[in-house]
Amino acid sequence: MSAAEQALSTGSGMPLALRGPAPVRVVAGFGFWLFLLSDIILFAALFATYSVLSGSTAGGPTAAELFDQKHVFLETMCLLASSVTCGFGSLAVQRADARPLYFWMGATFALGACFLRMESQEFAAMVAAGAGPSHSAFLSAFFTLVGTHGLHVSLGLAWLLIMLLQVKTLGFQPMVSRRFFSFGLFWHALDIVWIGVFTIVYLGAT
Amino acid sequence: MDSHIQPQGAAPGVDPRERHGARSYLIGLLYAVPLTVASFWAAKTSLVYPPAVPVLLAALAIAQMGVHVAFFLHISSAPDQTNNLLALAFGVFVTALIVFGSMMIMSHLNHNMMSMDELIKIQR
Repeated sequence: MSAAEQALSTGSGMPLALRGPAPVRVVAGFGFWLFLLSDIILFAALFATYSVLSGSTAGGPTAAELFDQKHVFLETMCLLASSVTCGFGSLAVQRADARPLYFWMGATFALGACFLRMESQEFAAMVAAGAGPSHSAFLSAFFTLVGTHGLHVSLGLAWLLIMLLQVKTLGFQPMVSRRFFSFGLFWHALDIVWIGVFTIVYLGAT
Repeated sequence: MDSHIQPQGAAPGVDPRERHGARSYLIGLLYAVPLTVASFWAAKTSLVYPPAVPVLLAALAIAQMGVHVAFFLHISSAPDQTNNLLALAFGVFVTALIVFGSMMIMSHLNHNMMSMDELIKIQR
């Protein structure tokens, strides 16, 4: 058997054309993966806007004057820790084990909420100091990029609550597990976007 | 041959047969935390030649994204992951086009445009 044929028939030894459709779990996971990549392309457009406009401060405060690195570091750690607890939660979904699921996903929710609270504090302080989104092109781009990420995190938290309720009411049906796995993908992808945010927006400022 | 390979490809994320246990997430954390700390250190250190700092930050960020993709999302180069990896490659390609394309075009525009002050002077 040639290497190419072998690659085409991995696992079952049956040719690709005779294997039938992929299981729903795989199709749903792949579809959600495509959605996530298109979401990342949305963020790419916002990152591009920010990079182009980051110097256009219109005489207002610059990035280096505004951002508090310690605050951002704590935000980053919250999100990273929540990514790991979400991973442990997904493993509990896989084992259909409710107690560790509630524990780890509860921790994910708490850490995500911590992150959101810190971010909204930062936004409120900036607006109160007169550095709101309407002040300069730089600040508009900043609030759009970081705000869109924050919006995704809030939607993720709402989704997580709904999923926990579904586990409580429906149990670990295949449908519920599939959704929970998609939530895990979403949450990890948000953390990857945040790496770009803290590198380009907050650390790029210094 | 690895009997764990799924004939129709695998979904991204958690493997249904637990090929990756909790260990994968812990290893990911073990890599991600030092990379994050290094990024924040690199941004304000004076030990690194200043013009090289953005390159260092970019390298650290890309490394950390790689760690997240490999250890949290479990995307690999396994045969049953081809679809996921190809989709990811396309996403990265479009992202790079949008970000670097915009930056390049806008910097050339800035370079070729007259500054606003001179433009106003001419119009008077």
